[in-house]
Amino acid sequence: MFWGVVLRTFVFTAINVSLIMVLATLIALLIGALGKKMRLAVMGGLVVAWAIPVIAATTVFQWLFQSQLGVVNWVLVALGFEQFDGYAWFANGTSTFAIIVVLIVWQSVPFAALTLYAAMTTVPKELHESAQIDGAGATKTFWLITFPILRPMFGLIFCLEIIWVFKCFVQIWAISQGGPGNATLTLPVYAYQVAQSLNRYDLGAAISMVTVVILGVALLAYFRQMFKEEGEL
Amino acid sequence: MRTRIGRKVSLNTLALIVLAFSVFPVYWMVLTAFKPTKDIQAETPSFFPTNITFSHFGTAVHADGFWLFWRNSALVAVSAVLLALVIACLAAYAVARMKWRGRQAFILMVFIAQMTPWEALLIPMYVIARDTDMLDKLTMLTLIYFMVTLPFTIVTLRGFLNAIPVELEEAAQVDGCNQFQAFRRVVFPLLAPGLLSTSLFGFITAWNEFAFANLLIIKNQDQRTLPVWLSSFSNTFGTDWGATMAAATLFMLPVLLIFLVLQGRVTAGVAAGAVKG
Repeated sequence: MFWGVVLRTFVFTAINVSLIMVLATLIALLIGALGKKMRLAVMGGLVVAWAIPVIAATTVFQWLFQSQLGVVNWVLVALGFEQFDGYAWFANGTSTFAIIVVLIVWQSVPFAALTLYAAMTTVPKELHESAQIDGAGATKTFWLITFPILRPMFGLIFCLEIIWVFKCFVQIWAISQGGPGNATLTLPVYAYQVAQSLNRYDLGAAISMVTVVILGVALLAYFRQMFKEEGEL
Repeated sequence: MRTRIGRKVSLNTLALIVLAFSVFPVYWMVLTAFKPTKDIQAETPSFFPTNITFSHFGTAVHADGFWLFWRNSALVAVSAVLLALVIACLAAYAVARMKWRGRQAFILMVFIAQMTPWEALLIPMYVIARDTDMLDKLTMLTLIYFMVTLPFTIVTLRGFLNAIPVELEEAAQVDGCNQFQAFRRVVFPLLAPGLLSTSLFGFITAWNEFAFANLLIIKNQDQRTLPVWLSSFSNTFGTDWGATMAAATLFMLPVLLIFLVLQGRVTAGVAAGAVKG
């Protein structure tokens, strides 16, 4: 049971963080390539998604994915996927898991994308221009110039996202409380469940501590980065 | 030329898709809150406001305990932020302006406290609250939110203080102010943007907090806060999604407003700091 939960937590974190990093990087690059008006619009939209309180967003996602009146099912049916007519997303473990991933990615991408975009504006334009003159395409420019220069920033956001997703509790608890079955039972939710429903506060605290120890590894990298920056200031 | 236009069109299309995905859930929430119930239950949902009603907001506001929970949330958040501001102001000043033994260690401790996932403290906090007879009390929540916002407030205020030249204070002291007066008359006004942004961030954190409020307030339901109340909407509103979305909108509004104010402030603050060098 316990190791299953640990494994699930790792899978959950890996899926979320990779989606967040890839999407955030792409969106940050996109913002940089846009015209002024469109850029403001996209950034405004991201800020709105970022600002919305977790519980409000969770409630909205429950409404979006509601089986009878939910708009997602309606859109899917309208697009020709008849099997989604009245589909009960929260009855199935995999689909509940998927919805929580979508919710968390939706909430986390704005911060990462806006921060990465802000960092990208600090990369001197001349470097990009000279790379283009040398015949490098967009992908090559990114990997050879933008990424190496901003590696510390990417590292920092990567660590932060790992920490945030790994200890994520509210979304899972409010949507599924770890269910159905144990499909969305991650370490923080498990600790809470053991403590509250079994009245085993010692065990719950122990699980929390294990979570902190695992996070410690991610934190270590973060701290090192942090102190390096502090030292420079 | 042609490929350039094509590139622009595809970029803008992508941008519109990103925009739609990021805004749609919020838009749908607000739209549902304003839709009459029969439109919400319609076979084909309408994506634009046609008939607008405020009745869902009425239902949400008149629901059992809405004002009580609203008051609880506001009370807890504001007192936690005020407490954190007073303590953090003193601590940040001591760290940024005074030399004392253990200063480095103190800063390190604050940083560690800021980084530690405080959700891991859920169960220890529960045990402490249980043993000190603080369960079901808003005071306990206030203290916890204070504890959570304090490290961040200290770190940020220290940053703002470091940006204010010491010479200003020294000049004031030469002119006959004592250290406290120099702080109050010279540093405090310059610190205002920092105080504003940290307190708003603290307020958002406390206003949104769910896990602790959910665990520590169990028996005395009158002491619940808005997030916990909203998460149990199915007990309050059943399948009345209009009222649920209205309640969620009302809950979101203060945060969204603060956030929009904050975005400008923070950028302005950073820009000002950059100009001063």
